[in-house]
Amino acid sequence: MGRYIARRLLQFIPVVLGSLFLIHYLTSLGIQINGDPVQALFGARQPPESVLNYMRIQFNMDNPCLRQTGNPCLGLFVDRISNYLQGDFGINFRGQPVADLLERRWPVTLRVVVIALITEALIGIGAGVLAGLRKDGAADYTVRFSSTFLVAVPVFVLGVLVQIGTGVYLGTWLAEQDAPSWLQSIFSTTYDSDAEWLSLLIPGMVLGAFSVASISRLTRTSLIENYRADFVRTARAKGLTNRRVIGVHTLRNSLIPVVTYLGIDAGFLINGAIVTEGIFNIPGVGGLTFNAATSGAAPVIIAVVTILVLIFLVVNLLVDVLYGVLDPRIRYE
Amino acid sequence: MTELTELAGFDPVAPLLEVDKLSVEFRTRDGVAKAVREVSWSVNPGETLGLIGESGCGKSATAQAVLGIVDSPPGFVTGGEVRLRGVDLLALDERTRRQTRANEVAIVFQDALSALNPVFTVGFQLAELFRMHRGASRAEGRRRAIELLDLVGIPDARSRVRAFPHQFSGGQRQRVMIAMALALDPEVLIADEPTTALDVTIQAQILDLLKDVQAERNMGLVLITHDLGVVAEACDNIAVMYAGRIVEQAGVKDIYRNPAHPYTWSLLRSIPRVDLQAQTLAAIEGLPPSLTRIPPGCSFHPRCPFARHRCAEDDPPLYEVGAGRRSACHYWDEVLEK
Amino acid sequence: MNEPSRPGDGGPDSDVVSPGTGGTDLHSAVLRRGGRKERNRSLWADARHDLVRNPMFIVSSLIVLAVLTMTIAPSLWTDTNPKACDLTLSKQAPSAGHPFGRTLQGCDLYAQVIYGARPSVVIAVLVTAATAVLGTLFGTLAAFYGGWVDAVISRITDVFFGLPFIVGALLFLSVLDSHSIWAVSAILVALGWTQLTRIMRGSVMEIMARDYVRAARGLGASDARIIFQHLLPNAIAPVVVISTVSLGAYVSAEATLTFLGVGLRPPEISWGILISIGDGWALAGHWHMLVFPCAFLIVTVLAFIMMGDALRDALDPKLR
Repeated sequence: MGRYIARRLLQFIPVVLGSLFLIHYLTSLGIQINGDPVQALFGARQPPESVLNYMRIQFNMDNPCLRQTGNPCLGLFVDRISNYLQGDFGINFRGQPVADLLERRWPVTLRVVVIALITEALIGIGAGVLAGLRKDGAADYTVRFSSTFLVAVPVFVLGVLVQIGTGVYLGTWLAEQDAPSWLQSIFSTTYDSDAEWLSLLIPGMVLGAFSVASISRLTRTSLIENYRADFVRTARAKGLTNRRVIGVHTLRNSLIPVVTYLGIDAGFLINGAIVTEGIFNIPGVGGLTFNAATSGAAPVIIAVVTILVLIFLVVNLLVDVLYGVLDPRIRYE
Repeated sequence: MTELTELAGFDPVAPLLEVDKLSVEFRTRDGVAKAVREVSWSVNPGETLGLIGESGCGKSATAQAVLGIVDSPPGFVTGGEVRLRGVDLLALDERTRRQTRANEVAIVFQDALSALNPVFTVGFQLAELFRMHRGASRAEGRRRAIELLDLVGIPDARSRVRAFPHQFSGGQRQRVMIAMALALDPEVLIADEPTTALDVTIQAQILDLLKDVQAERNMGLVLITHDLGVVAEACDNIAVMYAGRIVEQAGVKDIYRNPAHPYTWSLLRSIPRVDLQAQTLAAIEGLPPSLTRIPPGCSFHPRCPFARHRCAEDDPPLYEVGAGRRSACHYWDEVLEK
Repeated sequence: MNEPSRPGDGGPDSDVVSPGTGGTDLHSAVLRRGGRKERNRSLWADARHDLVRNPMFIVSSLIVLAVLTMTIAPSLWTDTNPKACDLTLSKQAPSAGHPFGRTLQGCDLYAQVIYGARPSVVIAVLVTAATAVLGTLFGTLAAFYGGWVDAVISRITDVFFGLPFIVGALLFLSVLDSHSIWAVSAILVALGWTQLTRIMRGSVMEIMARDYVRAARGLGASDARIIFQHLLPNAIAPVVVISTVSLGAYVSAEATLTFLGVGLRPPEISWGILISIGDGWALAGHWHMLVFPCAFLIVTVLAFIMMGDALRDALDPKLR
């Protein structure tokens, strides 16, 4: 097992460096092509050069390599990474340290993601198990049909429709009925800092919706395959109860592909969070990313994207390790 | 846990395991396949019965029906009885039936790699039997698992008990499967193609192991195979199956010396012999019938060198050919003479 | 006349029991010999045979065909000019002659939805084709030559894989100024080529281990011959399946990016733009502006997914 982990780590490190460099290179290229973002802040006005220079230094935009299109700016890359390692993520164009922004927004995004994951686990695996055990029954067809349908709906469409349906129509109706406040919080259209978990319930479920569909299909297929597997027949021949045959022998094997999916899921959650937070106006990291990208705030983009990519890569590493724990055959290949 | 002796119908002098007109069918998209058609055989302690026939003739389905683990749907037991010392297993409620598995009747499957759960250690899968059936503790289960591995000849059992199935060689895995079957000291052991997936040299070892174990415990052994060589070595009695039916039953010597059914006769003829020179291989012409569309009359008649007009119309019953011999052929006397 | 039935109207001799099928699998033995006459058919011919009889495939193909005609020849679907707008009738609800109502500018929404298919579908087709070509190329090279070629290609795909889709899109788009169809397509290709590369690589590696490839090598076949005659036809199946589903995924992706404001922009007409505008006005009760474009998007993506599913089932040799 130790060797397996070591091998994974060895592959992990160059990929991380490569990704970080890719991000750096692209954003540098962007600045080189589109011009100085500091200058762009001022639009048509032309402040004195000294002011511009001062600001450039503040935002780490003063490196001359940024004026040569195509220059990979390695020195800048190394500087920035060492800054990040010391916790200095630069400041945005309003002078706020990016680190502070992130600190404030992380808990919110974390809640949305947790809700999404719980939804995926409960409904996704639950529906998949149900459909798999009652193959070709009514439950099976319902689950298959709804999961196919759900997968076809883009996250933003679902978010928009849900927001209007539950938030606006249901929400206003509940307000008119003077429903209890906790119920209203669930169906409010935006984030409410007084009801942190409740108001994020629906956005979280929207975020997890796509994966719920994928996980249920995956669980179902896996369960069906394993149900007919030879080792299940052996387990029955050993006189084990049905509960043990399914609960211990079948389930453990069936969950392996689901665990692998978690790695991909991290990607979907990150992408989805940006969209969902945008639609539901949630002050999380996703919203930060989106605002930074559309407003061209280079320091923020670089910092946030770097962190997101790191998280994604680390999650995938952990999933690989977990896979090795669950499936002993992998450890020795 | 109900003892066998307490169950209805228990008769200490009845045959140990008796299959009586068992029928199993599979309902598929392409039709209903009658995989097992009124099959009857029996086995007693210390005896070895060989169930031979080609792939798809219903041998495995019979074994699974005896254990009660036929995939259902699409498989269904449609008739007959399976009597263990007189107790009809098919009539038991599922809970009691389940208790007979591994305790009274155990089975060893062909491909140990796919028959063992890949994500659990061999020790876990062995200990499980003791923990679930005998209420043993984890430690006790482990101890018994090590004992079993020793018994079947796995070296260094103490550390191997923590290994996973894919870490064993093919022959060793088969030994593990046998260990699992023997764990609770069953009365009858059914081995479904136990050596088919193995090298010839390992085959011999496994067969020896099975025979040794049988002798020690005075178990009944049912050996299912399509390999005539295996059968000659290990069995006392033979039942030949074709297209879901038993077509001949006899002691092993009789079958080899003087078969009474054209199918058995053809099979024996088709074995290549080193001592005869430059002959063309005598294969049996044609193919076995589709089990969804079994031809009328004798199911072997389209390929039978002894076939007559009557064979296409009359399905032969099992004629009594001699002491303890039966053959499902109208012209069995002609076959005997050949 | 009592004819005994002919043996041999079952399939080719499938009597050999191979290890790993759990003993004599009676069920599949029955299926192999029962019923159908079996001729010698390649995997693709078999697949075609099954697909044509699969209702899900037929329905989804028809939908896809309909959408394609909307893309190529929108005038077949509507006579109304999508740009013939009357501001005074802005946001009008569905009425006679205008089954979907009118847009913000007072244009016929139905016509806009029809014409809006084009950019979305063109992008999806371009991107899928490009990623399929790139993926096949790099995946095959990596699997076939192995060694450092594989190591380099694999690490590069890993690096790109580390960029979650929207994050990457936002990043790329802040580099590019233009938001034309070509620009958006290029970005989607840059983000999507890794998926098919990995799949193709895995598939080719699996095929290469098969005996017939080893046999070809042993007979002295050239690299090119092995690749084109043996590897590609057999390894390409997963790529075909995933590409079909990807068509839908890229339509969805373009719509998402456009909705976020970083994809196509007006005056382009696309579903993403219509939904983005419609979202704002649906809150005010003009639900038609949102629902119709959403429906078209969902149905199109659904059709591609169903087609992909049907293809996968038809091409999976294990389900034969």
